Amino acid sequence: MQKIILSGNEAVARGAFEAGVGLGIGYPGTPSTEIIEVLEKKGGSECAWSINEKVALEQAYGACVTGLRSLVTMKHVGVNVAADPLFTFAYMGVNGGLVIVTADDPGMHSSQNEQDNRWYALHAKVPMLEPSNSQECLDYAALAFDLSERYDVPFFLRMVTRVCHSRSLVEIDPEKVYKRQVRDYERDVSKFVTLPAHARARRVILEENLAKLSKDVEARAVNTMELTDQDVGIITSGASYNYVKEAFGDRYSVLKLGLVYPLDQKTIRDFARQVKKIYIVEELDPYLEFNVRAMGIECEGKKYISPFFELNPQIVATSLAKAGLEPLEELNPAAKEPAADVPVRPPILCAGCPHRAFFYLARREKVTVVGDIGCYTLGAAPPLDGIDVSACMGGGYSIALGLSLNPPEGKKIFGVVGDSTFYHSGITGAIDAIFNKRDIIPVVLDNRITAMTGHQQNPGTGQTMSGEDTFMQEPERIFMAVGYDRVLEVNAFDLKGIRDAIRDAKDTQDRVAIVIKSPCRLLKGVKKGPLMEVDTEVCSKCKSCLRLGCPAISLGDDEYPVIDPLSCTGCGVCEQLCKKEAIKVKDQEVSR
Amino acid sequence: MAQGTKRIMLAGVGGQGILLASRILSAGLIKAGYDVKSSEVHGMAQRGGSVVTQLSYGEKVYSPIVGAGAVDLLITLEKLEALRYVHFLKRNGILLMNEREIPSLPILTGAIDYPQDIKERLSKYPISLYTIDADREAEKLGNLRVMNVVLLGAMVKLADLEDLVDWPSVVAESVKPAYREVNFKAFGAGKDLVR
Repeated sequence: MQKIILSGNEAVARGAFEAGVGLGIGYPGTPSTEIIEVLEKKGGSECAWSINEKVALEQAYGACVTGLRSLVTMKHVGVNVAADPLFTFAYMGVNGGLVIVTADDPGMHSSQNEQDNRWYALHAKVPMLEPSNSQECLDYAALAFDLSERYDVPFFLRMVTRVCHSRSLVEIDPEKVYKRQVRDYERDVSKFVTLPAHARARRVILEENLAKLSKDVEARAVNTMELTDQDVGIITSGASYNYVKEAFGDRYSVLKLGLVYPLDQKTIRDFARQVKKIYIVEELDPYLEFNVRAMGIECEGKKYISPFFELNPQIVATSLAKAGLEPLEELNPAAKEPAADVPVRPPILCAGCPHRAFFYLARREKVTVVGDIGCYTLGAAPPLDGIDVSACMGGGYSIALGLSLNPPEGKKIFGVVGDSTFYHSGITGAIDAIFNKRDIIPVVLDNRITAMTGHQQNPGTGQTMSGEDTFMQEPERIFMAVGYDRVLEVNAFDLKGIRDAIRDAKDTQDRVAIVIKSPCRLLKGVKKGPLMEVDTEVCSKCKSCLRLGCPAISLGDDEYPVIDPLSCTGCGVCEQLCKKEAIKVKDQEVSR
Repeated sequence: MAQGTKRIMLAGVGGQGILLASRILSAGLIKAGYDVKSSEVHGMAQRGGSVVTQLSYGEKVYSPIVGAGAVDLLITLEKLEALRYVHFLKRNGILLMNEREIPSLPILTGAIDYPQDIKERLSKYPISLYTIDADREAEKLGNLRVMNVVLLGAMVKLADLEDLVDWPSVVAESVKPAYREVNFKAFGAGKDLVR
């Protein structure tokens, strides 16, 4: 055996690899993305980026029906997309093991909400393991496949940002090679075809399987009791366990639940009998607290611990200090509060980002924009300020459909999605717009890649995850196929072209879509343009170029804008925008 | 908090090389036999935003993160980020600040000015403040990107971890062969900057 440091995501991939997983599939989403990427690099199993979480889960399920072990990964909100089949797959059960990773994001580091997906386990009746560190990520991933097959149910592995993206030591057997696990397929209509009569029978079988699972020795072994105190006992799970131990060490008894659904009631009751007072420490919702209380066991949790945002050892320590618990260490901070008036540093679109010009013009052309999820959500931030509404993957067009019924200030509604989002579920709103004759302009900001999550392939990339060539979808052809009269294709750095397209779309009676194209500037092989500079002889200090919010342009000491030669990519948008023609090419060499 | 565990926090701006610095540090501490847990930020926050990683080491470490007021050593690759995260330090904690100024969006657009009194404000905290110009050192070495390793060298010295392991070999294992030489030099230059 060998000790190495792995992130939680890398460890899940390792666990799935060791379990002989046949298919690894998902839709990219922080903090889950690296799992499938790492698994793909290990070789052996088929790995793919699906177009959305529902399609990924259904594909994984199909593979599991044939007897392959399947791993499907998504971020917390992705489970909402996959929820429809999820609930029914629980009834149908599995053949090969099926493990679904839900990567939650307490504190919303990179998400639009912080929903607590432990409820999905209870709600869909899908058992859930919750690791707290990388070693458990590896162990639980492998265990989940075994238990899934043993009890004929899909399994959840619930991660959070601080487990996915934390790195800790893991013991691995470097000699271990990939060995695909496959079970025989037997046609079984009563199991795999969910007619109501079949579903009613499966509903009962599911309950029986869950009851058996909650008595399984191996499953119960992940629930561990540390009995060090007879007065106070803390029930916790996952990342919260780390914070409890860091805050209190061995001072109080701890029950750590590795299996958070179905709950191991026998162990919980055992624990409750051995301590006088029980506290529940959990991030986000009072999931354990509700369930433990429903067992008739008195406990306190959210009375002291915040139900929102991320926890950490200090929050746990100071919260439970109010209940009289004593942390190992008194907090002795350098300051009671953060320093006042520190200028914010929000994430922004990169220098040379192909999304910038559209948002800049959308604001100036006074259109109402419904945005979507991706880098381009940053088009909402000042000074671009180019988005009015944005909520979820694929909502860019469909929410716009609704706005078009009562358009704010009578303005035409533009729905704006990225290429990956278009294929994910944006496309459905574009079809509905034609069907229901809604007056919206669907726009695709097509940068040929899933950018925000770190460059994953999608149907428009022309390559699969492994780099193999495949058919390259084009949004303009899809728009034409579903009934649009015209598609306006524009280069993402052509300011006049984009302005003309917006004006054309606003005024026309035709059913028009807009595709704004240029690859992400961070992609390998994307050539930079000529470097720009400001001619202070000509510049009138109007500051228009600063309203692009480009990180390469800043206001210099003498109130003239300055272009940073290190970060400028020569996209040329500022050059076109400057009415005085004060921004000019500095470096004549076109490719740098 | 668990006795003897040390917490280090690195803060800077997306793209400054924080993840690499943090990973080299982890590798060295693991080599020395410590239990190490670290926490990184990926995703939206990396797009030019403020980026933080944390690392804890000791006999037995449970949590990869700590909250405000619990960090022993804060290293900031940029000045504004020092002011933003100084309250994460313990009383008498160490702040190692790179002199680099990177304007954030409201500063770029001229809405506000880059604060000129950062050092003065920081000196009022009950901490030990060290400042170095790691970018200038990196520039001297002919590769601006090794700024992070200059800071790492200085940090290792300040944290009294210098003799813990053979750091040059740890650095060598973490970077591509072509960049080994310049990273060795950067690490050494960083060490020499703090005395």
